[in-house]
Amino acid sequence: MAAATQASRPAFRVGDRIRISDRTPVGHYRTPMYVRGKTGHIERVLDLFLDPEAEGYGRNEGAEIRLYRVRFKQRDLWPDYTGGPEDELQIEMYEPWLERA
Amino acid sequence: MSDHDHDHDHEHPGTAKDEALPGYYAILEISVRELLTEAGLITADEHRRQIEILDSRSPALGAKVVARAWVDPAYKARLLADGSAACEELGVTMYDNTRLIVHENTDELHNVVVCTLCSCYPRPVLGLPPDWYKNKQYRARVVKEPRAVLKEFGTVIPEGVEIHVHDSNANMRYLILPQRPAGSEKLTEAELAGLVTRDAMIGVTTVKLPVGASPGGRS
Repeated sequence: MAAATQASRPAFRVGDRIRISDRTPVGHYRTPMYVRGKTGHIERVLDLFLDPEAEGYGRNEGAEIRLYRVRFKQRDLWPDYTGGPEDELQIEMYEPWLERA
Repeated sequence: MSDHDHDHDHEHPGTAKDEALPGYYAILEISVRELLTEAGLITADEHRRQIEILDSRSPALGAKVVARAWVDPAYKARLLADGSAACEELGVTMYDNTRLIVHENTDELHNVVVCTLCSCYPRPVLGLPPDWYKNKQYRARVVKEPRAVLKEFGTVIPEGVEIHVHDSNANMRYLILPQRPAGSEKLTEAELAGLVTRDAMIGVTTVKLPVGASPGGRS
């Protein structure tokens, strides 16, 4: 119960500057390569959802983790981006992939 | 087959003349479904019912939501604040445990949706995704060069208009609220819904009046 309460408190707030972990685990995950190691900001804090890395192996019980939406400037994702400087990419990201930046 | 030399005066099971043999994933699906049914975890009727629900969804539902938002500012505010709840107000249920986020296109901002990992799509409001949405070219390119990809769809985003690409990679689903076309002021809500297309709600095009429609009038 205490663990659930702990997990339900978001570690990040809207506007926090974050970096996506640059790691390559084995298994099922929903963090595309193109955002790993990139720096952005928390766009909004979402609810708790099943961790796909546990769910992928049938481990559902107690495996809920915090989900966020993260915004990146396109120029921070793609060095050769030719669109406007304010263009953005937004993506959902689970808390274990977020690092303070 | 070299060992298959008898005359074909009979049907082999699963090899009807017009039908290809089921592939690996089709066989996997049948096997899992039959095991779940035999184990009593799902019934054949529940399976049939779920397919019926999937097939009942179409872009007409999303169009109804968009048209309501165009004519009712309070509804639009609720839709942008909580897409799922606002759709459910109109009887469009989120049957698949996803939540809907609605992004509004404006004079300053254009939004477009993709799922780079697979083909996540707001099925409860739009039905099944088009083939191009699942295509690797679209998924790989629109995140990196959205203006070029949109131009290939015939959609030229003016310089100075910001583009936001939304990667639908996890539990949320995304619906784009397109701009109401100029000259549609006198149209009814139902007529407006008739203008809203699937592609406009994914964000690869805009909503236009029918060619030949007289601006401001009914055609």
